[in-house]
Amino acid sequence: MSGKTLYDKLWDSHLVRQDESGTALLYIDRHLVHEVTSPQAFEGLRLAGRNPWRSESILAVPDHNVPTTARAAGITDPVSRVQVETLDRNCSDFGITEFTMTDLRQGIVHVIGPEQGATLPGMTVVCGDSHTSTHGAFGALAFGIGTSEVEHVLATQCLIQKKSGNMQIRVDGTLAAGVSAKDVVLAIIARIGTAGGTGFALEFTGQAIRDLSMEGRMTVCNMAIEAGARAGMIAVDDTTIEYLTGRPYAPEGAQWEQAVSAWAELHTDADAGFDQMVSLDAGALAPQVSWGTSPEMVTAIDAVVPDPDAEVDPVKREGMRRALVYMDLQPGMAITDIRPDHVFIGSCTNARIEDLRAAAAAIRGRQVAAGIKQALVVPGSGLVKQQAEAEGLDRVFTEAGFEWREPGCSMCLAMNADRLEPGDRCASTSNRNFEGRQGQGGRTHLVSPAMAAVAAVTGHFVDIRQQEAG
Amino acid sequence: MDKFTVVSGIVAPLDRTNVDTDAIIPKQFLKSIHRTGFGPNLFDEWRYLDHGEPGKDNTRRPLNPEFVLNQSPYQDAVILLGRENFGCGSSREHAVWALLDYGFRVIIAPGFADIFFNNCFKNGVLPVVLDSAIVDRLFRAVAGSPGYTLRVDLPAQQITTPGGEVIGFEVDPFRKDCLIKGLDDIGLTLQHADSIRRYEEKRRLEAPWLFNKQSEK
Repeated sequence: MSGKTLYDKLWDSHLVRQDESGTALLYIDRHLVHEVTSPQAFEGLRLAGRNPWRSESILAVPDHNVPTTARAAGITDPVSRVQVETLDRNCSDFGITEFTMTDLRQGIVHVIGPEQGATLPGMTVVCGDSHTSTHGAFGALAFGIGTSEVEHVLATQCLIQKKSGNMQIRVDGTLAAGVSAKDVVLAIIARIGTAGGTGFALEFTGQAIRDLSMEGRMTVCNMAIEAGARAGMIAVDDTTIEYLTGRPYAPEGAQWEQAVSAWAELHTDADAGFDQMVSLDAGALAPQVSWGTSPEMVTAIDAVVPDPDAEVDPVKREGMRRALVYMDLQPGMAITDIRPDHVFIGSCTNARIEDLRAAAAAIRGRQVAAGIKQALVVPGSGLVKQQAEAEGLDRVFTEAGFEWREPGCSMCLAMNADRLEPGDRCASTSNRNFEGRQGQGGRTHLVSPAMAAVAAVTGHFVDIRQQEAG
Repeated sequence: MDKFTVVSGIVAPLDRTNVDTDAIIPKQFLKSIHRTGFGPNLFDEWRYLDHGEPGKDNTRRPLNPEFVLNQSPYQDAVILLGRENFGCGSSREHAVWALLDYGFRVIIAPGFADIFFNNCFKNGVLPVVLDSAIVDRLFRAVAGSPGYTLRVDLPAQQITTPGGEVIGFEVDPFRKDCLIKGLDDIGLTLQHADSIRRYEEKRRLEAPWLFNKQSEK
């Protein structure tokens, strides 16, 4: 009998029942909730006269709508305020733990779950948010769901699911200095495309993945959804255990020992098979920059904007043409000649302490360039912010001319006041470069934190490998 | 949820790949705490020439004449024809609510993003995956005769063209049954409440830390 993949193990251990057609009832251990995708679910629950099946499995936090300035002043936008107040009321009515807007532990849902140890290896983790794939970094099965499914999990602690295929993405070798987890995942998406992972659970393996910190692993798993996969995951190892040790929600004492021993099984067996396999050489990777309006429209910093005429597929060619018009870029232009006027360092992809350290280290003692209208640093949580301030990172940023803000989703999706104006061009550490994502008419270039920071102080994209070498 | 059996009507062509849910319903409209009222803001940034905000009177906003849904007769379309990776990006179910609120009951494409695909079934919208060569052919047929209609028969799993051509499609049997009967799948799952409790009892022994209450610590 052949062995199991990590995904097979996680699936099997959460199976409540399965019918002949493969439709399964899957048990959910951790339900993360935010203000945007939950109000209609709670409303549905009330209308049907139901209660949450297991309130203590839920952790709630407002993140999408919250202002990143003057937190104590509350939310000015009345529509946003109602949504956050609705979350507060739902949590208090149903006995759900919520880190409210003024709680030090508040932050982006995908930052605070792991930070609190509320995300643990072997769990199923869901949230009404596509970037829930982030939590797969802990050897968990984590995926985003719609609001109807949020209601379903609230009411039943389960989801109706069909099993996905197994895809292995193996990254061998060692990353060059200046090349990060973000560059790895952007290169993966460029390789397999935004629909390449559709219908699959991705497992990231290989030396370059094992060498990543938990922060880096979360960055990689976070963007599995941008490759079309609902879930991305990485096997448990010492790095995972070390990160979780002493976290508030992590088990303690004898229970911790029992858990750690169970987690040792959370890896793909040597004789397990994958339905698809992709491999990349980490040593060959350069820092990546997106040039278009889809996360697969990505190239290396030392390359040029591609020419649609060289694309054979007519549908793709038209998509590239449309993207270049929207982005106001010409084929053949050097990526290093692209000049952003905004810089955003933040989001569930890149707003953890390691991201802020990398960004700060790349610009220490330098000044934001004259052509930059706004450079924002938005920490992923109140605790990340506190840690960064203890290390003096906030001063590195503010002395350079960056704005140092309160935690939240901010300009990743521009639901709060932080947004681009039409024609603005942003070097962004977020995850989506869709048309209008960061504000109507705004142009997004997805990059790593160090790449974004250096673009802020030089006014254009730079191959930071040369800087690191020098 | 409305039952879905047979839907016939005008097909609107949206000839773009990777149509993301941010495009289907922009973020500012996600601040609503309701499931309805998203139709006027469907594809807001492509449909209107100005910037849309919740509460704005959409009937007074300048329309983008280039956008397909602003061209006659597509205002009355009930079937949307799309390209590869339709509905990618954010999990926002508001995207399906907006399509449904506008009047779409069927979306045909060569491929859908997983979360969007799933969200459709929860709201009585049928996503149909067809081979890209067939989708190409449908795009040509629509371009050749605006007002082109299709008949989508879910029980028979067949699409019929005005010329009488029949195109078969696949659909998961469980999802098909739920759509045809308009079933509430929470109610269905709760029929297995005993199985869920049995699972919890077993799991609590294997992995007790998964059931810790924060207050116990």
